[in-house]
Amino acid sequence: MKQRPDNNQIRVWAVVFWLLVWQGGSMAHSAAYPHGHLLLASPVAALTRLAELAVTASFWRTVASSACHIFGGFLLSCALGVVLAAAAARWRVLRELLSPLVAVVKAVPVVSFIILALVWLRAETLPLVIAALMVFPPVYLNVLAGIESADRQLLEMARVFRVPFSRRLRGIYLPAVLPHFRSAASLGLGLCWKSGVAAEVIGLPALSIGEALYNAKVYFLTPDLFAWTAVIVAVSVGFEKLFLAAVAAVERRVNA
Amino acid sequence: MSIRVENLCKAYDGAPVLEGVTFTAEPGRITCLMAPSGFGKTTLLRILLGLEKADSGAVTALADCRWSAVFQEDRLLPQLSAEGNLRFALGTAYDERDAAVLLARLGLGDVGEKRVRDYSGGMKRRLALARALLAPCDALVLDEPFTGLDEENRAAAWQCIREKAGGKPVILVTHDPADATGEDCCLIRL
Repeated sequence: MKQRPDNNQIRVWAVVFWLLVWQGGSMAHSAAYPHGHLLLASPVAALTRLAELAVTASFWRTVASSACHIFGGFLLSCALGVVLAAAAARWRVLRELLSPLVAVVKAVPVVSFIILALVWLRAETLPLVIAALMVFPPVYLNVLAGIESADRQLLEMARVFRVPFSRRLRGIYLPAVLPHFRSAASLGLGLCWKSGVAAEVIGLPALSIGEALYNAKVYFLTPDLFAWTAVIVAVSVGFEKLFLAAVAAVERRVNA
Repeated sequence: MSIRVENLCKAYDGAPVLEGVTFTAEPGRITCLMAPSGFGKTTLLRILLGLEKADSGAVTALADCRWSAVFQEDRLLPQLSAEGNLRFALGTAYDERDAAVLLARLGLGDVGEKRVRDYSGGMKRRLALARALLAPCDALVLDEPFTGLDEENRAAAWQCIREKAGGKPVILVTHDPADATGEDCCLIRL
């Protein structure tokens, strides 16, 4: 069967086009103003800066430190979201208890949480907590929806045949929950990096990408700003691909 | 062990579905229940299986009667193969040789690792029947187990039911009076 082209796929020619627009804009700024290159660094300047940073040990320590905190927050939230969703599916009172909390986390701007958390927490733990907080609602709500989408007729069949919970989990619940969890994880991985780095920029923990971004702003280092932004995108996409590949492997195993 | 159903009543939103149903399913006999659609046959089976409660009346069976069933729907795990489905329901009671023999007799000997989602309706029905017949149980409930089966498969299914259920009470829902003509059958019209 002929597959329909993916309309949302990013094409190389489109990326090249926008890079050329960026380069052109930067060159125009440089020509128009004495320090125009400071206002808008070119992609070449950003790439050059990235190459300079990438050969230093502190760059890798910074990336590793931020990744550990932010991805740690994501994993923590996934674990908490799954456990609480399972409990909420079992006990209605817990579901009703958590409902306003989840609604608040979804509605309140992340920066309010960051500032509030900064009052209570050390700057180092801030990105972990904020990333976990932002990831929790989608994971909890999607896993809960997945559990509730489990086929009632299959669950009845399992009850009649006295199938133990471990087998019901693998045969009925996991196939129902994993597609929901995959969507939540994909959304959550994007959210955790955006919120986590925002927390770092405000909390300024030592050796963090957020601190590097803040310094780039203070010292007007636009090539650094673009270089670190590219790092955030690359690390975020890398983690997303790795994590979703792991989820897909679990799905294949469950469906085997 | 016989199963005695006595004066069973059930209503949904005030509309009666079962009214004073009484019968006995004897061991070694196939009790065929017949009634027009909507007369509560499936509700009766759900009450027997413990999936619903009757409004009044009683079912007298062993205190911990272990049922096996073919449901009105196939209720198979679509992502698994025939073996996967049998292992899921039977657990440690799954016997590879027994399962292979029964599947072959029901015309499913060559399905291999094919997933149930790719089965035809008749194949799913036969697998659901195989699962019910292989599961360790004290009594069997079969809700229209021959739906979608041709004459040849229907005859094979009948033979397997008689052999595998030997000595246990079997309650079978059917629309075809011809199903209740065997010597070991007794027909009950609801």
